Amino acid sequence: MKEKMKYVIIGNSAAAIGCVSGIRTLDKVSSITLISDESHFTYSRPLISYWLKGSVTDDKMYYRNSDFYEKNTCTTLLGKKVDKIDASAKKVVLDDGNTVEYDKLLVATGSSPFVPPVEGLANAQNSFTFMTWDSVKAVKEAVSKDSKVVIMGAGLIGLKAAEGLHEVCEDITIVDLADRILPSILDKKGADFVQKHIEKEGIKFVLNDAASSVKGNTISLKSGQELTYDVLIVAVGVRPNTGLVKDAGGNVNRGVVTDNRQATTLDGVYSAGDCTESFDICTGQNKILALLPNAYMQGEIAGINMAGGDKTFDTAMPMNAIGFFGLHMITAGAMEGECLEAIDDNNYKKMYFSDGLFKGYILIGEISRAGIYTSLIREKTPMDQIDSNLLKVSPQLLVFDKKARQHKLAGGK
Amino acid sequence: MEVNVKKIYVNEDRCLGCHLCEYYCAFAHSGQKDMVKAFSGEAKPQPRLTIEEGDSINFAVSCRHCETPLCVESCITGAMQIDEDGRVFVDESRCVGCYTCILVCPFGSVIPGKEKAIKKCDLCIESGNPACAENCPNLAIIYEERE
Repeated sequence: MKEKMKYVIIGNSAAAIGCVSGIRTLDKVSSITLISDESHFTYSRPLISYWLKGSVTDDKMYYRNSDFYEKNTCTTLLGKKVDKIDASAKKVVLDDGNTVEYDKLLVATGSSPFVPPVEGLANAQNSFTFMTWDSVKAVKEAVSKDSKVVIMGAGLIGLKAAEGLHEVCEDITIVDLADRILPSILDKKGADFVQKHIEKEGIKFVLNDAASSVKGNTISLKSGQELTYDVLIVAVGVRPNTGLVKDAGGNVNRGVVTDNRQATTLDGVYSAGDCTESFDICTGQNKILALLPNAYMQGEIAGINMAGGDKTFDTAMPMNAIGFFGLHMITAGAMEGECLEAIDDNNYKKMYFSDGLFKGYILIGEISRAGIYTSLIREKTPMDQIDSNLLKVSPQLLVFDKKARQHKLAGGK
Repeated sequence: MEVNVKKIYVNEDRCLGCHLCEYYCAFAHSGQKDMVKAFSGEAKPQPRLTIEEGDSINFAVSCRHCETPLCVESCITGAMQIDEDGRVFVDESRCVGCYTCILVCPFGSVIPGKEKAIKKCDLCIESGNPACAENCPNLAIIYEERE
């Protein structure tokens, strides 16, 4: 039998859970200790807006079945914060002074809401972020039907917050410096398409503008306009939590730097999830891809490698599936190159091609079978190997030649 | 996962394009005992497979129950799961219909539900015999264990 290892995971969300599963594919016996500063059983962070809306109840918030830790023999230290990693002594130091030794460590510390340096914002009254279950519980306490809500940030988090709050209160205004909503996933025209849909729900937008100061219950915008609020949600972006690795001497850029096995530059220390940088296969650049599927897969691969396996993660790319007020959208890849579009009143589609490859797409409304598109981007299938005319009509397996199709219809790895 | 689970295999050369698999799939998941009743209501039962129809070729596509399912790995709520027999299934009570599974499934096998939760092939877990294969008149859909 292999020598027993001591695995320690800092984090308790997608990357951490993926890591537990990865470790347990190879090592069923060694101890795993999960440490998180949140006190909850592992829960799904993207569900917080659904919880606020009331469409997901407490018992459905959990990311894994209630026997997950037990089944995977994990010890949990919940509600405990890690102060530092002592990489030479191979131990982590908690804020209560206790230490936990490790042979292999995963840093899956995620990210934190960014509060921009706006005068008066840091201490603004009734101001909340929208990131954790606890932060949303605080929002729920603060809002009532008559609340006037201002949300800073028209990205994924800000808009999901708006959707969740819309069930509770009527007066919601979203402010963003960008010229469009969802700038990280949509082009301008697509963003306008979605914005119109959201505006039908009575939600107001102030774009191309940002707060210059907050005083009392009044936000002054750069344009001179003033907005009063009862509840303010700050959702302008997130910053990766890289401090522990950086302070321990590990290599950090914008996010924690890892190799494609998720190892950091510190001996025995791995990292996964929103705190890390990923190699985007569409653009060939390292970037933060703070996406739940990415986090889980990185975590799983880290776990496999921590347990002595050898697996690389080389399929990361931007991709999102999200919906607002019944309008769904799926996007993936890079929005660059030759663009083909098909737009009607209810659906919006853009496909991007370059170097003989399918590089990226935006689908709004009709999103059926989008994964076939995603797979062509992920696998870098040359366009001359598939029926590109059919491809442009809709995602379908008929685009492949007979041999490839037969393989798919009998496969499934 | 080291399981040799029975899978659905589709042979496009044998497919007549009759759509019987689609109807039987929808019926099998309708909760009705009588097919006529199942299809006579206003809300037509929804199939968990898709039929692709080309000029001269047709075939049914349903979940491949992958060994390392991207849908399970990517599911944001934990609703999509794989059981000990290698069967990929969704706990509909935990699905919020975000469609991340649709974003990642390379076969286009996950179907948006008429209600919130997505729909997918569950290999007819209740009867143990997938209705699509059982009712295919021309052996275009076969449920068996292969190496």
